[in-house]
Amino acid sequence: MTPKRKQRLILVCLMLVGVGLAATIGLKAFKENITLFRSPSDIQAGLVSEGTRFRIGGMVVDESVQRRSDNLDIKFELTDHAHTVAVSFNGILPDLFREGQGIVALGQLDADGVFVASEVLAKHDENYMPPEVAEALEKAGKMPGTSANYGAKTLVQP
Amino acid sequence: MFKWIHRFGSAPFVYRLAGLLGPWVGWLCLIVMLVGLYLGLIVAPADYEQGESYRIIYVHVPAAILSMFVYVVMAVSSAVFLIWRMKLADVVAQASAPIGASFTFLALVTGSLWGKPMWGTWWIWDGRLTSELLLLFLYFGYMALRAAIEHPQSAARAAAVLAVVGVVNIPIIHYSVEWWSTLHQPATITKIGKPSIHPSMAVPLLLMIFGFQLLYLYIVLLRTRIGILQREARTSWVANLPEIESSGANRV
Repeated sequence: MTPKRKQRLILVCLMLVGVGLAATIGLKAFKENITLFRSPSDIQAGLVSEGTRFRIGGMVVDESVQRRSDNLDIKFELTDHAHTVAVSFNGILPDLFREGQGIVALGQLDADGVFVASEVLAKHDENYMPPEVAEALEKAGKMPGTSANYGAKTLVQP
Repeated sequence: MFKWIHRFGSAPFVYRLAGLLGPWVGWLCLIVMLVGLYLGLIVAPADYEQGESYRIIYVHVPAAILSMFVYVVMAVSSAVFLIWRMKLADVVAQASAPIGASFTFLALVTGSLWGKPMWGTWWIWDGRLTSELLLLFLYFGYMALRAAIEHPQSAARAAAVLAVVGVVNIPIIHYSVEWWSTLHQPATITKIGKPSIHPSMAVPLLLMIFGFQLLYLYIVLLRTRIGILQREARTSWVANLPEIESSGANRV
């Protein structure tokens, strides 16, 4: 390798290291803002002040969904398996919304600590399988994505 | 030992090699894609939660993987061009940019179409979606920069620097779903350990990824040949090519 080429190789490498470092530092600084949603534990820890709009993510607690027959009001509880937050919503839910499903809701806390959502999105997990396989896994109690392994991922350490 | 590598610096050699490989790659791509689509859209079972809608995975995931793969190819060949001043590397990078941009666009559109019924929204500014959109803008920026600078040599160098710098976005896209909480789900097939997708669905997906790679290879071979012809238009070996002589283009 000629000295000229070696020089250019070093220059390109330095450029990459520099930009990589800048990106790392920048992303670290903005980590809080890049994170799409907070967890119920964050709210428990008082990281979110009352009256600010933010997104909350977690799993819909089994048998916590209460619907009304005369309007679209719905109430349910959201958990990250450490803490639980009550959520109320009035509107149309996505197809994937169900008990045990991960969801992300946008809204704010009211005075009673209930999260009043204006938008509810379903968070799909990375598991794909035919219905028969899902049934078999369910029976064996080895269904991925259920309570056993959801918490670790969404829990934001304060 | 590395003598053979110098042959890839020769424009006539690469032009002929690309011409020879092109049709083979094209036909193989067609077969792999047809088999992959048949297995994915007709043979594979429906998903336990999403039903039939999940089948968009057979276009969305290959397009998304290729959008990043093509960018890495572009960045590596740009680095080769910057360091060794190898012109053909620049031809490959230039040829790749619109293909990569198309794959990125396809990944964003198919993701959006799936997101509306499944998540409940067309778009959300989470880490994965935003960094993939940034990738689309990097492709656009690369092409715009080339087009904006009149002197071809300076245009090539400036664009190559942009391509190399932009490669830091690739690990960000890949790890966005692990570093931050996002609405987009984590990786399914690149996960080490137990697979998150049933084999009956994974086989067509892997076939489609391979098919998309062949499609990229096929188009990049064609575009590289065109790029070589454009740059070497005034040389005698181009003028003496049978396809140029018979077309009468060199008599104008």
